[in-house]
Amino acid sequence: MSEINIRKVVEEELNNIAPEANIAAVDPAADLREAIDIDSMDFLNFVTALNHRIGIDIPEIDYPKLFTLSGMMAYLEAKLKAANS
Amino acid sequence: MTEFHMPSLGADMEAGTLVEWLVKPGDQVKRGDLIAVVETQKGAIEIETFQAGQIDKFLVDLHSKVPVGTPLALIRTEGEAKAATAAPLPPPVELPVAPAPSPPPTPPPIPAVKPLPPPIARGVAARAAASPAARRLAEEHGIDLLAITGSGPGGAIVFADVERHRGAAPPPTEKKRVAWLDLAAMRTAIAAAMARSKREIPHYYLGHQVDITPCERWLAQRNAALPPDSRLLIGALALKAVALAIRRFPAVNGFYRDNKFEPSTAVHIGVAIAIRGGGLAAPALHDADQMPLDQLMSGLRDLVQRTRAGRIRSSELSDPTITVSSLGERGVETLYGIIYPPQVAIVGFGKVVTRPWVVDGTIGPRSVVTMTLAGDHRVTDGHMGALFLAEIGKLLQEPEKL
Repeated sequence: MSEINIRKVVEEELNNIAPEANIAAVDPAADLREAIDIDSMDFLNFVTALNHRIGIDIPEIDYPKLFTLSGMMAYLEAKLKAANS
Repeated sequence: MTEFHMPSLGADMEAGTLVEWLVKPGDQVKRGDLIAVVETQKGAIEIETFQAGQIDKFLVDLHSKVPVGTPLALIRTEGEAKAATAAPLPPPVELPVAPAPSPPPTPPPIPAVKPLPPPIARGVAARAAASPAARRLAEEHGIDLLAITGSGPGGAIVFADVERHRGAAPPPTEKKRVAWLDLAAMRTAIAAAMARSKREIPHYYLGHQVDITPCERWLAQRNAALPPDSRLLIGALALKAVALAIRRFPAVNGFYRDNKFEPSTAVHIGVAIAIRGGGLAAPALHDADQMPLDQLMSGLRDLVQRTRAGRIRSSELSDPTITVSSLGERGVETLYGIIYPPQVAIVGFGKVVTRPWVVDGTIGPRSVVTMTLAGDHRVTDGHMGALFLAEIGKLLQEPEKL
C-alpha cells in the first residue's frame, strides 16, 4: 500500500470518528486527541479499524507514536515496509 | 392479541414520533427484540417489545407524533398463530381495525415471500431493508448496511450477507451519525433533568484519590497479547469495580420516587457518554455486576458506538440505577457530578495523572485518579458514601479479581 493510500485510510477512519473534522487542515504535529477531540474509546476503535483495513497490528505500547498525524504516518509506513520486506 | 404502545422513556416525556419500523407484519418477535425507532428529545430511541409473538399489524403511520401509551402495533401472542399470509406491507392503517378471527392452533406458518418496504428516507439518513440480526451485527462492527447487497426475500439484507461483507471488505465510511441527534433538544432535556436534580436532591459530595498503577500494569500485560478488538480500556475496570462495590452498598443503587427510596437488586450502570458537538447521554449498561470484563467491555463499546450514532434502546434509557461519569485521558482531575433523577448517586472518575506517591515507605511516580461520589442525602449519608467510595478504590488494587 502506498503512502498516499495509507494517508487516505487514516483520513477516512478519523473522519468516521470525527465527521466534522477537516483532517487535511490539522497540524501534522498537533496531538490528535486534542485537535479533533477523540477519547480512548475513539482511539481504540481507530486502531481496530486500521488493523482490519491494512492488516497492521498496533500494540498498545505504540499508541503514543500515533498521537500526531506525522508520527502516525511515519509509524505506519515503517510497519508496512517491515511487513513487505 | 396484545398492543404494543408508545413507551414512556422518562418522566418528562409526553409524546414521541414514530420514525421507523424495524419489523414488518408477519415477523416473529421475542421479548427484547427491537420493534421500532421513536424520536424523542433524547434522540432516536430503539424500542423493544416485552411481548413475544407475531407482528400482526401497524396502527400508526410513520412520522406521526403520538402521546405516550398510544397503541402502535398489534402483536399476535403465542397460541394465536394464524395462517401464513403473503402480507403486503399494509398501507397506512386506519382505525378501527377489525379483529382477525382466531383459528384453532395450527402448525407454525411457513412464511411466504413478503414484499419488503422500500428503504425509508429520513432526513439525510436512509435505511436498508435488513433483518434485525443483520442490523445488529452491522451495528456492532460499524458497517453501513447501505453498502451491502442483500440476498434475503425482496433483497433484504440477512445475517449471512453482513458476515460475508465483514470478511470481504473494509468497513465503509459512515458519516451520518450526527444527523440522528437533535443536540438542541438533548440540551433541553439535560437542562430539565439537572434543574430538577438541583431543586429536589440534597446532594453531598465526597472525593478520594486512588493509585491505579496496578490496573495499568495489569491491562498493559493483558492487552499486549491481544488484537485491538479484544483489548480492555481502564474505563471497563472502573465500571466493574463500581458495580461490585454496589453489591456491598446497595443503598446507592435504585430510584427515589414518591417520597421513598426503591432499592434495585439489578445493577444497571448509566454510563455518561459525551456526544460530539455538545451532547450527553447516560444509557444503562445492564447487569454490569454480572458480566466478566470481556463482556462488559464489548457491551461498553457497543453502547458508546450506538449512543454516538443516536441508536439508544428504550430499556437503556429508562432503567439506569446509578450513573458513572469518567473524564478519560484528558481534561481535569476532578468531576463533581449531579445526580440524574430518580437515581440517588453518581460516581465520577477524573483524568489519570502521574503523581509522587508513597508506596511501602518510598516515594515514586504513580498513576493516580480522583474518584468522587455525589450522594442523595434523603437516602444515604457521607459515612456510608465514604465506605462505598473506598470500596471501589480497594477493588481497583486487584484488577485481576474484577
